Amino acid sequence: MTQITIAGQSVDLTDEGYLTDASQWNKEVAVELAKTEGFELGDDHFKVLDFLRDAHAKGETLTIRKVGKSGIVDIKGLYKLFPGGPLKFSSKFAGIPKPTSCV
Amino acid sequence: MKDILILGAGTAGTMMANKLRNTLEYDEWRITIVDQYKTHYYQPGFLFIPFGIYNKQDVIKPKSNFIPPGVKLIYSEIDKIEGENNKVYLQEGRVLNYDFLIIATGTQTCPEETPGLKDKLWYKDIFDFYTIEGSIALQKHLKDWKGGKLVMCISELPYKCPVAPIEFVCLAEAYFAKKGMRDKVDITYVTPMPGAFTKPVATKMLSELLTEKNIKVIPDFYLEKIDNDNKKLISYDELEIDFDLLTIVPVNMGSEMIERSGMGDDLNFVPTNKHTLQSDQFENIFVIGDAANIPTSKAGSVAHFASEILFDNLMSAIEGRPLLAKFDGHANCYIETGYGKGALIDFNYDTEPLPGTFPLPGIGPFGLLKNTKINHYGKVIFRWIYWHILLKGKEMPIEADMTMAGKKRVTV
Ligand SMILES: Cc1cc2nc3c(=O)[nH]c(=O)nc-3n(C[C@H](O)[C@H](O)[C@H](O)COP(=O)(O)OP(=O)(O)OC[C@H]3O[C@@H](n4cnc5c(N)ncnc54)[C@H](O)[C@@H]3O)c2cc1C
Repeated sequence: MTQITIAGQSVDLTDEGYLTDASQWNKEVAVELAKTEGFELGDDHFKVLDFLRDAHAKGETLTIRKVGKSGIVDIKGLYKLFPGGPLKFSSKFAGIPKPTSCV
Repeated sequence: MKDILILGAGTAGTMMANKLRNTLEYDEWRITIVDQYKTHYYQPGFLFIPFGIYNKQDVIKPKSNFIPPGVKLIYSEIDKIEGENNKVYLQEGRVLNYDFLIIATGTQTCPEETPGLKDKLWYKDIFDFYTIEGSIALQKHLKDWKGGKLVMCISELPYKCPVAPIEFVCLAEAYFAKKGMRDKVDITYVTPMPGAFTKPVATKMLSELLTEKNIKVIPDFYLEKIDNDNKKLISYDELEIDFDLLTIVPVNMGSEMIERSGMGDDLNFVPTNKHTLQSDQFENIFVIGDAANIPTSKAGSVAHFASEILFDNLMSAIEGRPLLAKFDGHANCYIETGYGKGALIDFNYDTEPLPGTFPLPGIGPFGLLKNTKINHYGKVIFRWIYWHILLKGKEMPIEADMTMAGKKRVTV
């Protein structure tokens, strides 16, 4: 685990770069985290991040399929927004843990 | 007279019926179990059918052989559960009341979920081996297949028995080698996961094994649809993979009955407390086996370990005591790797599969994360254990809780 300062805020990250405490998240943190992976976040990205944060707060397990059924974006659209690992990247920028749907 | 009702007489439901009938008083508790089918399938055996190692008669027995006297067995499709009123509706309008309900309706394959899957190539060049029909059709097809690109694809997570597709490609490799046509077959393993398996240490061992066998792995591939005309798999991010023969694990979903009851998540799995196995929605409903959404493997061994915890908690619930038994997600899976060898993994919610020996520390006889002959015999013996010990709910010489004894803590 490492502690770094992003956008003036001190945040704790796992070795893979996920926030360990979702409450340390804000929009600026998301923007900066996304930059480190080469993403520039717009409104459509943030709609997905809000959905993920809500679902996470309710204790739901997240899957690409579930985001695809959310009405916010379909699965194809999700891949376009977060190419190369839609749930991996979106979860990281949303400040929630790495998805563990796979066992 | 009070009622315990069990939905589903597969691996988990049958085990629970036996455990409960052995303990509960006949004059106080009525136990009823419902299933739509009369035949019990030994599903782990489906893996061996395509290669002619097992045939249909090796994997089927009447369900009624395993339901003890004193348990009422009803054959009917279940329509829905009405949790608020403690009622279950069967297909022909029959209604069953319960004091406690156990959901054990498992998971099923849903090829309709993937566009182009159940289309003109279905059971011609595309097969599953998660159903008796699929594995038998594939056996016929392989007998005179001339070779080409064999692709094994996993459509969606989670799916039952996460190691079965790895076993399938290993057995296929050995099968073609034995037929003297290995050089004519190109084998590719396609998965939506980031590697051959999810947990790092096991992924490393299994990836090395696949590389050694010249089986290619394509990770992070999330299947959208199948192009029947050009024989291609197409992912959501528009990557394409060609195949001549496709073996697939279709999307796995819980029973539609769960959806009709309004009790499931987006894949019809029932939200369940991962430690107590109580449903999140109703205090007197418990969930066991593949039907639950708990974050561990969907496997018969998991259902077996969970059955001991569920039994304890159900006894507590009956007596109005708190549910103290906690399931740790324990899974124990033999992995057939071909040429009479096998590997073994043992893990739970918190501990990934690690190397070592099992069940006796330092002795074994089974080697964890090792490819050995004795592990293969473990798998062979499993079928006997399944019919004679597991289903009957008898004690096994393995603890429900996973143990670190015999395991080595290593990292990649
Ligand atoms: C190819 C393959 C290989 C496998 N290998 C292994 C292995 O090596 N080791 C291992 O531990 N596990 C293995 N498994 C997994 C194992 O078979 C399952 O995890 C186990 O059977 C789950 O038990 P269950 O009781 O939850 O579900 P099931 O045994 O599937 O039972 C569910 C029952 O519910 C009934 N049902 C469902 N819906 C309804 C309805 N609406 N109305 C009436 N009845 C209904 C069904 O008819 C069925 O009988 C394998 C599975 C497959 C497919």
